[in-house]
Amino acid sequence: MPNIAVQPTSRNSQIDASELRLDAAVQLLQQAGASLPDAAPLSVEWLQGMVDALCDLSSRDALTGLVNRRSFEMALAREVDRVARSGDSALLLTADIDHFKAVNDTYGHAAGDLVIQAVAQAMNHAVRPMDTVARVGGEEFAVVLPNCPIGFGKTVAERVRHMVSELSVNVAPGKHLKVTVSLGGAFAPQWVRSSALLWMERADRQLYRAKAEGRDRFCLEHQAECLVSAEEKGLLFAASQFQEIE
Amino acid sequence: MNKMTAPATKTESVDRRSLARTLAVTSGKGGVGKTFVTANLAAALAARGERVLVLDADLGLANLDVVLNIHPKITLHDVFTDKATLEDAILPAPGGFFVLLAGSGLVEYSRLTPEVRDKLLQIIDQVKPRFDWVLLDTGAGISDVVLFAISLAEQVLVVVTPEPTSMTDAYATIKVLATQQERRTIGMVVNQIHGLGEGKTVRNQLQQVVQRFVDISLPKPLKLELLGEVRSDNSVRESVRRRLLLMEAYPGSEAAQAIRLLAAKLCE
Repeated sequence: MPNIAVQPTSRNSQIDASELRLDAAVQLLQQAGASLPDAAPLSVEWLQGMVDALCDLSSRDALTGLVNRRSFEMALAREVDRVARSGDSALLLTADIDHFKAVNDTYGHAAGDLVIQAVAQAMNHAVRPMDTVARVGGEEFAVVLPNCPIGFGKTVAERVRHMVSELSVNVAPGKHLKVTVSLGGAFAPQWVRSSALLWMERADRQLYRAKAEGRDRFCLEHQAECLVSAEEKGLLFAASQFQEIE
Repeated sequence: MNKMTAPATKTESVDRRSLARTLAVTSGKGGVGKTFVTANLAAALAARGERVLVLDADLGLANLDVVLNIHPKITLHDVFTDKATLEDAILPAPGGFFVLLAGSGLVEYSRLTPEVRDKLLQIIDQVKPRFDWVLLDTGAGISDVVLFAISLAEQVLVVVTPEPTSMTDAYATIKVLATQQERRTIGMVVNQIHGLGEGKTVRNQLQQVVQRFVDISLPKPLKLELLGEVRSDNSVRESVRRRLLLMEAYPGSEAAQAIRLLAAKLCE
């Protein structure tokens, strides 16, 4: 195994912080409302604080404060790897606000943003602190729930659906909107070192099902049936034994 | 002599893959010749100049040592308990390949704890850069240990015989692999056939049931690939009885030829 640990630089090659152009970074953090590090400006501690603040900023969605897509995909990949090692079951939920385009078209984009923020908050409250809720697209969200037993999948998906449906979003004086989401869910494959992408695709397929079946509902992927039915056995030993198929 | 040195090969100049290809050999039903196929396939691959390691992944009920007639002092058990290094546990086997044997002390590891998962994942990652092929001889059935061992491999080879019980169990395995491991192609070897062409019939029959009952729940259809069919002739029975590799004892036999063809197809 090659040693890829970062070697500490020697004293003479250390960075002179005063030569760094940090105006843009400072401005970016101030504009985002992030607090600048407390340490003495240009000290090592201060620079570390700046890097941490920028990392945090680049992993969050500006509108909702949720984890953004890039960061979520990393979290998902970590979870896939963790499941392979631990064997725990983990659930991925994907969610999409129902008829969101109508909100934007009827009440404007500012109202749409308020709806997105309200849904984000409701979803965050519906799950455990250890779960990661992300905004992965315009009106699309995703939640990864580590260590979620298979039997609890329905309970948590229903809780998210329910909490969103309870919302009444004040989009204009005297104007409150009801909002619903459709959800799809799939458990991490325990028996394969899978990819985050495939896991997302599986959850999304269930989301499309929930949309097609009328929205404001959740669909979870069926747990695979391992038993061989009498019907399957029948076909396995059918008289069509010599039939050619591709 | 325990040191892991790659065997001298005929194809030294050939560009090596930087990581081994991993192939799990499984069967559904026990006693269909899974370990026989694995060991002889390893020898056939080694004869092609490939660096091959067979990992006895049938923890608890391993019998690769019996098939190969070797009695290792160091096993996976010692690696798991840090009594020996991985290097020391990788042993040369007859047939020009290497083995990592489970040994009978692994009964306590026949349950899939996070520790066992972690150890096996580590071991696979450590051996992959040093071989061209890592074959995993898994247990029979679809227990979590077996499914986990299969999950360590990129490719799967299911050994099946034309017996109804073997076909049913192979079908159950194939179904689980397609639905729970996102497998889209699964290789098949039909062992103990009575006449040529029987392998194709078995494969077609399984494919037909897969199309009808499994494909409907998959994003893409599953393809069963017939990679070999082996007739159980006297040479097979004799080599098994004498605990010798078919490839060494009866290299000219029809069965040995079938195994060489299987190796060639895998290398394509």
